[in-house]
Amino acid sequence: MTSSAKPTGFPLPSSLKVAPGTERAQAAYPYHIQFSKADDNRFWFYNSMHFPEPMSAFDMVTAEAAYCALGSANTRVHCLPTTLGIDHRIINGRVYIGGNAVTDPSEIARRTEEFQKRAFYYYENWERLYAQWREKMMALIREAQSFPKPELPEFEPLAHVRAGRGIASNHDLLVTYQKTLEGYFRMWHHHFEFLLLGYGAYLTFFSFCKEAFPEITDQTVARMVSGIEAEIFRPDEELRRLARRAVELGVESHFKEGRSADAILESLQSAGPGGGAWLKELETSRDPWFNINVGDGFYHYHRAWNDDLSMPFAGLPGYIERVKAGESLDRPFEKLQAERRQLIEDYRELLNTDDERAAYDQMITLAHRVFPYVEGHKFYCEHWYTNLFFNKIREFGALLCAHGFFPQAEDVFHLNHYELEGAILDLMSAWSGGSAPRGPDHWPQIVAERRAALEVWAKQDTPPALGEVPEVIDDPAIVMLWGISRESLDAWLSASAQGDTKEIRGFAASSGVVEGPARIVKSVDEISRLQKGDILVCQVTNPTWAPVFQKIAGAVSDIGGSMSHAAIVAREYGLPAVVGTGSATSRIKDGQRIRIDGARGIVTILQ
Amino acid sequence: MRSTDVIGWFFDIGLNDRPHVGGKGGSLGELQRAGIEVPPGFVVKTGAFERFIEALERAAPLRARIEALDPDNLDAMSGCCQEIRARVEHGSLPAELSDAISTAHRELCGMDRQQPVAVRSSATTEDAVDASFAGLQDTYLWVTDLDQTLHKVRSCWASLYSVESVAYRRRRGLPEEGVAMAVVVQKMVDARTAGVMFTRSPVTGDRSVITIEGAWGLGSAVVGGEVTPDRWVVSKVTGEISTREVSDKLIQHRSAAGGGIEAVSVPTDLRRVPCLSDDELNSLRSVARRVERHYGRPQDIEWAVENQSQKILLLQSRPETVWSAKEAAPVASAAQDPLQHVMSIFGGRR
Repeated sequence: MTSSAKPTGFPLPSSLKVAPGTERAQAAYPYHIQFSKADDNRFWFYNSMHFPEPMSAFDMVTAEAAYCALGSANTRVHCLPTTLGIDHRIINGRVYIGGNAVTDPSEIARRTEEFQKRAFYYYENWERLYAQWREKMMALIREAQSFPKPELPEFEPLAHVRAGRGIASNHDLLVTYQKTLEGYFRMWHHHFEFLLLGYGAYLTFFSFCKEAFPEITDQTVARMVSGIEAEIFRPDEELRRLARRAVELGVESHFKEGRSADAILESLQSAGPGGGAWLKELETSRDPWFNINVGDGFYHYHRAWNDDLSMPFAGLPGYIERVKAGESLDRPFEKLQAERRQLIEDYRELLNTDDERAAYDQMITLAHRVFPYVEGHKFYCEHWYTNLFFNKIREFGALLCAHGFFPQAEDVFHLNHYELEGAILDLMSAWSGGSAPRGPDHWPQIVAERRAALEVWAKQDTPPALGEVPEVIDDPAIVMLWGISRESLDAWLSASAQGDTKEIRGFAASSGVVEGPARIVKSVDEISRLQKGDILVCQVTNPTWAPVFQKIAGAVSDIGGSMSHAAIVAREYGLPAVVGTGSATSRIKDGQRIRIDGARGIVTILQ
Repeated sequence: MRSTDVIGWFFDIGLNDRPHVGGKGGSLGELQRAGIEVPPGFVVKTGAFERFIEALERAAPLRARIEALDPDNLDAMSGCCQEIRARVEHGSLPAELSDAISTAHRELCGMDRQQPVAVRSSATTEDAVDASFAGLQDTYLWVTDLDQTLHKVRSCWASLYSVESVAYRRRRGLPEEGVAMAVVVQKMVDARTAGVMFTRSPVTGDRSVITIEGAWGLGSAVVGGEVTPDRWVVSKVTGEISTREVSDKLIQHRSAAGGGIEAVSVPTDLRRVPCLSDDELNSLRSVARRVERHYGRPQDIEWAVENQSQKILLLQSRPETVWSAKEAAPVASAAQDPLQHVMSIFGGRR
């Protein structure tokens, strides 16, 4: 091979070693998601979009449940013609995934026939099925809210005895735990019931636009399709409403930049009727709109606004200033709608023939029908339901912690979900036998070991892909959800060959060019570091970050596509943004001057 | 200001007058008619050319001599063309023609005897190849007095008798009767910045973008390829600027002391400065959209930003030809069942 030849493949899975000293932590992941020798014959890529950090043993359930549901929807329910499901493996805490393409033409034909019977039925009955979906999803949420807090009294309540309940409290632990886990797996089935079909209809219109207008930007197509009154805008809208109410109620002076949420709440409590009225307003906003977490629903430590008010409260002083300056913070729905209509009409006019215009109309009509689901599902699934799920596990953590299983309640997330059930059974048996549980002798050392492993893994380089690059990437799921194509893989390969670290590529999310100091924000605790004019560099942004968008000059994220929430919110704020870079938070250093080109999806490190 | 069979003012003419005012003149009139600002001016119509040639014919035969030329005998052709061009350029104008042009020139320039004008040939032929021989390049800038103007009008006429142009007509056996040339005379724009724009991408043919190229000074430096212009790609619909290439603009064209133009160095501190602001790019975008809508097809436009007023003026607009000629197959057609469209995504590669 000459030095100029491009590499044709990535390292083989078998060449990837578990970091020394972390072997036992690696063994916490079940056998079927460990790499095997046979996996060398397949192509894998690191799903940095959803899993940008090493997964703790419990959090692995987010991958397990999601792929279980995604695969069944694709393979068995809708029968996508050219693809089955997605397999996943975890090494050093990193989630690698590989698609199962269907390439045999007769098999594709057979599946096409099935697909058209099934998927077309969904498209034809979309509104009815989606209304039904919302009911199912709300029922699931109500069910999760009804699960009792896991508790073990010293004596069974007398009322239980007199009612002849015949079941002791330790059994309730098992029931609650199993229902919690079952509900979470079920949620992911709901999540994928419509998702691929929705993305597919959107992508159909997207591809048409890209072919008819080769230089149209991704975000322009997104703007033609995205909704105006979608759920994702609601949390931020509620915050604007609360800012307006604070001024109307005359309590705005309590919201000072840099003051903690707790201090603000406390001072409002003693602020007379205005303070009390505002706190009531806060409660109406919180249920349900503060049920969004500051991540994308894949890590237990991405807490919800409801559980940590520091994120929403960080945005209030800025909004209050704008209200006082006489600015209306209401989103102008009609104006936005008129702009969207005009955009669609203007591109339509540029098409060459009436026949093309008719096809365009058909495609955008379908995209508009399916899109409310694509935009709306995340609030219910990755946010609301996921928060309930992790919080319930947290309650088990508190109970086990109280019984000495580990030093902190949060340590529960170092047990995988099978182990957690075992620990719960340990406690149940001990409670029933009147003896001491074995857990306190067993878990603390393991938890410490796994915590240390996560730190080691976080510092390890993670190859973006493994194995031979396939000739074509024709898997619509992978193209749609991860934006991976033959071209993007080639770009990864040449980037790793040249070691070029000055330029980072991602998805063009919101156009505009801006330069400024990079502020790496890895957790919500750090948002107070953001200064006016900074460029936010973070792993994932979503509607919860909207409050800080009024301060910053631009945004870069590791995770997300041009239809991701970060992209939508950035466009709403007219803020240049590049998302889905995969590695911005690790390659850019805090304080470095960077330039982002939101129309081309390029971040350049200037110094 | 009154149009006659010899003089046509821009505000009186349009594309349909092309046989008498040529493509360039017709287009300028059409633009003005569509409410788009162009430097004011008039066309010396083909009627003037014909009367002049007839006057020359009366002195000695002209058209018959050309028609008798053998296209393969280059020496003979070149000698004959040279002689005829000299007659056209130096023969005296019939008084009625020189009066008509002088009057129009005075009306255009007013009392300002130094008011510079541009004199540009405006071919009537539909044949692009022929037109390109017939002095498409013949544009005389910064012509500062009437005598010079009258002279440059004849220089434009003479370009019809270049060897290339005559050889082209002879090879195709085209008659000389009906061969004619109109000439545009318009006020010179003292351009701060000038250039060209296409209302589609020259690279991909995309009709949703406008490609704008510009440099400091007069547009002739850009059109003649003497400077690497700044380049922008602007979305026609949203105004987003997706490409910004600021180049090192070494030279610019400006007026020379005794009339005409000269190339000078761009001051060092301006060389790498973008020659248009985002607001100006946006104004060019809306002008381009109006012109394209008016004509109903993609355009190739020359523009200038006037130095004093900072106003945008159009100097020319013609249909884009390269991509229009190879109009592609439709991207998609309407489907009986609209759901079939999703198979382009789910059905694997087509």
